[in-house]
Amino acid sequence: MKNVMGIINLVNEPDQLEQLTNHRNIASVPFAGRYRLIDFVLSSMVNSGITNVGIFTHTKYRSLMDHLGSGKEWDLDRKRSGLFILPPMKEGWISPMGDLHAIHAHRDYLHRSSEEYVLLSRSYMVCNIDFNGLQEFHNRNQADITVVYKEMSDLDSISMQIGMDENSRVRSIWEPNAVPHGNKVSMEMYFLKKSLLIDIIETSLAEGHYNLMKDAIRANISRLNIFGYAYQGYLGIINTINSYYKHSMNLLNPSVWKDLFFKPGLIYTKIKDEPSTRYINNGHTSNSLVANGCVIEGIVENSILFRGVRIRKGATVRNSIVMQNGVIHENSSIVSVIIDKDVIIKEARTLVGHEKAPYIVVKRKII
Amino acid sequence: MMKKECIAMLLAGGEGKRLGKLTKKLAKPAVFFGGKYRIIDFALSNCTNSGIDTVGVLTQYRPQELNRYIGIGKPWDLDRKEGGVSILPPYIKRKGGDWYKGTADAIYQNIDYIEQYNPEYVLVLSGDHIYKMDYERMLHFHKEQKSDATIAVIGVEWKDVSRFGILSVDDNNKVTQFREKPLDSTSNLASMGVYIYTWKILKHYLENDAAQTISSHDFGKDIIPMMLEDGVKLTAYPFEGYWKDVGTIESLWEANMDLLDDDTSLKLDDRKWRIYSLNPNQPPQYIAASANVNNSLVNEGCIVFGEVNHSILFYGVEVGMGSVINDSVIMPNAIIGENVTIHKAIVGEGTIIGDLSVVGSPDSDKVTLVGNYESLTSEFLSVKEQLGI
Repeated sequence: MKNVMGIINLVNEPDQLEQLTNHRNIASVPFAGRYRLIDFVLSSMVNSGITNVGIFTHTKYRSLMDHLGSGKEWDLDRKRSGLFILPPMKEGWISPMGDLHAIHAHRDYLHRSSEEYVLLSRSYMVCNIDFNGLQEFHNRNQADITVVYKEMSDLDSISMQIGMDENSRVRSIWEPNAVPHGNKVSMEMYFLKKSLLIDIIETSLAEGHYNLMKDAIRANISRLNIFGYAYQGYLGIINTINSYYKHSMNLLNPSVWKDLFFKPGLIYTKIKDEPSTRYINNGHTSNSLVANGCVIEGIVENSILFRGVRIRKGATVRNSIVMQNGVIHENSSIVSVIIDKDVIIKEARTLVGHEKAPYIVVKRKII
Repeated sequence: MMKKECIAMLLAGGEGKRLGKLTKKLAKPAVFFGGKYRIIDFALSNCTNSGIDTVGVLTQYRPQELNRYIGIGKPWDLDRKEGGVSILPPYIKRKGGDWYKGTADAIYQNIDYIEQYNPEYVLVLSGDHIYKMDYERMLHFHKEQKSDATIAVIGVEWKDVSRFGILSVDDNNKVTQFREKPLDSTSNLASMGVYIYTWKILKHYLENDAAQTISSHDFGKDIIPMMLEDGVKLTAYPFEGYWKDVGTIESLWEANMDLLDDDTSLKLDDRKWRIYSLNPNQPPQYIAASANVNNSLVNEGCIVFGEVNHSILFYGVEVGMGSVINDSVIMPNAIIGENVTIHKAIVGEGTIIGDLSVVGSPDSDKVTLVGNYESLTSEFLSVKEQLGI
């Protein structure tokens, strides 16, 4: 996909991740033991052969910048193209000005890039997708725009839906949280010519639209050939706490684990150089996902441990997610809890949440 | 080129014959160790953690995998504008060329490489030891002692003295005698294969040695004895901590098992002295409900349904349902089928062990070795065992 540039649009991403996004944007929310949400789309782009990726950031992007660095973990530290982080142009710039303004403000980046096509995406689609199939589909249908969708029975996130005719042509796009229309969830990934994108942005702005994803593309639904391309792999749309928790727990299914992390390519992330995880006698771990650098002396069940977590003797962790460097001290009990980074749970504490409403412990808290 | 006070020369050309099948296709420093590392990671990480940013890696035997692994030195932060890591294989000069005939000859043939940095000191390392050491402190010691050559030493068990280069020292740590693998000795101070030389002196001795036709061109056998004879100031630098030569299957297995000791002195999780390695980019490990993992080290990308006791699983290892692994080291991407039993074994990279296989025995003292990329079925294994292979 040498002729395609990727754009990950973080402007006005729907966010109901509560305390998890207090200090970071949705793109850099830790997920699946060692990743950030953005890693999945970014790695998919890179694995598909895209070497020019622009990330339009909006707010709270310090942690994202730290995570992405020069882009070397994604092989995007290039002499030509590579990774471009494009923060807001205006200071104190906030919504309701939409993403159209943000992209338009950086139109030089679009003009300077030599690629003919653009793949637009959001950051919170947890998937592993080969975009080459999308490009073939787009060309075969002589589409103006191709949107990626997934058939999903259960809607637990804020997501747009699409309606298509029998020829895969998109006839309607529905707002998030509208009454459910069928089961085709838009992955908000759009494939189109760069010249068309620039045209849409300029005319939409002139017409007073603000939002590319929500308004501008939908406004052109009858004028342009918009096609829907079905994604078959695992998808988690992670923008609510419920979907975050549910899709985390789904990773404990080995077939999801194998699908999402290995096929068609690997998911890359920032390297930490942690040693292997140590399982000490008397501890017991079952049905859990564990990253490197952990030391487990207690009981871990149906849980996800990020890098460098310590579970001390007699501690139990069930149905929970413990992020990087969390320490659960002796004889504490954690059930259905999401523990953010660098948290210490002192001895003999009990924290209990519910599967439908997991208890969240904010970053760096000591309980 | 910018002047460097001290550069390192890392000897990584060894064949490692005693590691048998593990080194059939790769050099010993590239052999896997400790769940995610290769042996050479320790020396390279020590360099970068000690502030030494120029490392020449001398390769000779089967260098392909080692070359690919080291690359431009990125994982160890040795991708530098000035210095960094350089791979130094033997090469042809105007008057022909030669393989490296010995450790000293390897350095001698690369005098030009060293001289371009115009160093005061040269640190000579070997790529086949497991240890964490601050070379900067040793350099400080070398300077303080106004030494010409400093050899890092460690006390070894008396029964093992015949395996090492043994030094005798006086009260001021001055080396009085050096003997390669002595049968009996009054000293148990072993050379760790870590040397700091004042470059001017070393260069002189390398050139002298190169002119000798009967020399074996080896540091331990030729250079050090020659220096001692001439009264050059040789000092022993006493090191305390974990150090292991992993030259044999037994010692490689032991060094791996040492990591499972609760009070091992080789702290891999010390964040101030990380051991770096090339990251395989694998997802977190999955430990199934049926699994039972005790006193073990498990790396990313593993998927475990069976039982793992007192063992080390490298990245990407699969352990099937009903299988039991005891006291073993399973190298990257090995697939262990269902109802397999493995005792006291080293299983090589990418090997597939079929269902119901039995590898090793709980009664055996010996470590069973299954090579890299083998494919074992239970029938095949039993035939092999009968033949004693």
